Amino acid sequence: MAAFDEMLPEVSGLRRPYEAYDRWLKEQDPARLTEKMQDAERVFRKTGITFAVYGEQEASERLIPFDIVPRILSGQEWRRLTQGIEQRVQALNAFLDDIYHRQEILRAGRVPKDLVAKNEAFLPEMIGVRPPAGVYTHIIGVDIVRISENEFYVLEDNARTPSGVSYMLENRETMMQLFPELFQKIKVRPVENYPQLLRQSLAAVRPQSTKGAPTIAVLTPGSYNSAYFEHAFLADQMGVQLVEGQDLRVVDGHVAMRTTEGYKQIDVLYRRVDDAFLDPLTFRPDSALGVPGIMDVYRAGNITIANAPGTGIADDKAIYSYMPEIVEFYTGRKAILGNIPTWRCSEPDSLKYVLEHIHELVIKEVHGSGGYGMLVGPAATKKECQEFAKKLQAKPSNYIAQPTLALSTCPILTEKGLSPRHVDLRPYVLVSDRIQIVPGGLTRVALKEGSLVVNSSQGGGTKDTWVLDD
Amino acid sequence: MLLGRTANGLYWMNRYIERAENMARLVDAGLRMALTRTQSASEEWNSVLLSAGSDVAFSQKYQDYTAANVSDFLLRDTSNPSSTMSSIETARNNARMVRTALTRETWESINEAWMSLKRMLARPIDERDLPTVLDAIKRETALIRGSFYGTMLRNEIFDFSQLGTYVERADNTARILDVKYYVLLPSLSWVGSTLDNYQWESILRSVSAHRSYRWVYEADYKPTNIADYLILNVRMPRSLTFCYRFLGEHLKFLADDYGERHACHGTAERTQAMLKRGSIKDIFDHGLHEFLAEFIRDNTRLGDEIAQDYRFY
Repeated sequence: MAAFDEMLPEVSGLRRPYEAYDRWLKEQDPARLTEKMQDAERVFRKTGITFAVYGEQEASERLIPFDIVPRILSGQEWRRLTQGIEQRVQALNAFLDDIYHRQEILRAGRVPKDLVAKNEAFLPEMIGVRPPAGVYTHIIGVDIVRISENEFYVLEDNARTPSGVSYMLENRETMMQLFPELFQKIKVRPVENYPQLLRQSLAAVRPQSTKGAPTIAVLTPGSYNSAYFEHAFLADQMGVQLVEGQDLRVVDGHVAMRTTEGYKQIDVLYRRVDDAFLDPLTFRPDSALGVPGIMDVYRAGNITIANAPGTGIADDKAIYSYMPEIVEFYTGRKAILGNIPTWRCSEPDSLKYVLEHIHELVIKEVHGSGGYGMLVGPAATKKECQEFAKKLQAKPSNYIAQPTLALSTCPILTEKGLSPRHVDLRPYVLVSDRIQIVPGGLTRVALKEGSLVVNSSQGGGTKDTWVLDD
Repeated sequence: MLLGRTANGLYWMNRYIERAENMARLVDAGLRMALTRTQSASEEWNSVLLSAGSDVAFSQKYQDYTAANVSDFLLRDTSNPSSTMSSIETARNNARMVRTALTRETWESINEAWMSLKRMLARPIDERDLPTVLDAIKRETALIRGSFYGTMLRNEIFDFSQLGTYVERADNTARILDVKYYVLLPSLSWVGSTLDNYQWESILRSVSAHRSYRWVYEADYKPTNIADYLILNVRMPRSLTFCYRFLGEHLKFLADDYGERHACHGTAERTQAMLKRGSIKDIFDHGLHEFLAEFIRDNTRLGDEIAQDYRFY
């Protein structure tokens, strides 16, 4: 089955959002484009936009490959997506508030109790805690795939600490440097103000007790973390401090950072450290990345932690399959953006089906991420399928399965000209007293022909994502 | 407002950039000596190692004091934490850590220096290429300095960076002098021998001052003038007095900015006053070696006090 190409679907010819770009592209000298492609790589390497790949010592700093053909969405397509995303994000926050308080949805039997209670991502420490401004997940990345002109599905919600937004910004910056004339010809909605929006959004959810303008900081695990570039980039663009656990301690009931002039109070902490490492007194005692006692300060309402601890229960892959129910339960309406049909292997009937159709399905670990620990049935050998089936039978509840969808493609520039590759889309959502979605996002592209795995850790690349101002 | 850890990162980033360059300068001077005085070459390389503070580590690894061994150890050996390659790597790691405090130009110049030196120092250096490599190191560090001075705001970030540069530079100049102090002592024959002349030029060369010396003191090398130039001259950018003038200035900016003085201010001012008061004759009367040993000790203490007073850890 041929995939739907967003630029050149076989049936209908060039799609409208790409018309102006295609006109421009046809006027370009191919040699010049190749040169621009190399320029882009130089820019990225020079500015140090690299990420670390775990387990590859030699190449500890790699670039995420960048493709110069933009992924283009019309204004109309975008409006439809944002409605669905807004609804979903509202539901995610309502679900978190409910799960850590009255647990109505469990009582109503819409989500199985055990799925929450026995879930590692559920933090009993958060029961009864109401975060400042009532927001749990402040920064969300919703992974969306498309399979036809009108069918968009949510592949995954990232409600903990979604990464990649710096690539969205640097990709645009690079495109504007390489092809300034394109942006004069085509009206693309800007994404550059994301850092300001993020700062405003974080300031709006400061603790009630904050006097004057809040002090905001970004908490990073340190310069050896794979996403360190992004942490530094965001702190820099927001004009706030980039702190590590070793800079922080609890002073007089507040979290404070060690400056050259002594300790200074922090009101809002945008943390890029996982829950388990946040507070050695509450969670993992061996953590040197967090702040001893920060959870006490949090419970006293004296600091905003974004995202709140315990939000992982909302983006867990086992919970994911219940998202249509969750959206309907809290918003009273059917979900605008659908889920991909998902088999929960914990259910005997589903497990039977999955085992019988293993070579057709994508099977994922419930708690995995980054494309590790998954099986892409159609691309796997018989032996790989058999081995995976054994793992599946040993611990069915650890897995979910989904059909291998014909993800839409968007062309990339190769040595032989344009060639279609599968893409997905991660728009970024900010939640404070309102919900804001930056028009654009991160388009991830599987660079290998036919491959469906877009993760950067598995050889995926990125594209600039345009939302047209039409 | 500046994090203590960031101030620490800036300070060490600049110490290591300075050190990366100083290693190249020392090897450069050693190379010149070895070329002109082939008989005592190994002795000269030993002095170079002493000045670099790397003599013990070197002797654990090598027996022969040759150009190839010493330049390999001081320029590209990553097991030597002070080699140019290690220094530039440490400088870059610190720069990465304090990335948000640096201008894009400064960060890029450090990152590019690291990339190009990593490439250049990946394989052992052919002796014929050594001058090219030394030039490349000096050029890369000059580019970093250029983007730093050209683009950084003159605030506390700049002050802590400069403190690192000048503490390292003062230490380096004092060590070079101390290793060779005996060739500067007044000898019975008031006209230096040819040997002395080479030695004196080598000292000047290792602080890149062999040409500028002549502009200030005219043609002849005289030990008292050389010592005067490297210790007391106000305008020579690697002299102890010059370093302390700027250490004093940046510490004062910090005291004014923060409205608070610390132990480090007293220490820097005492050294500055001592350098201002003394003449080169006093220093020789007191004992050049004793003077330098005290200076190095006080300079190290200043570094420790800065770290403590500004909460680096």
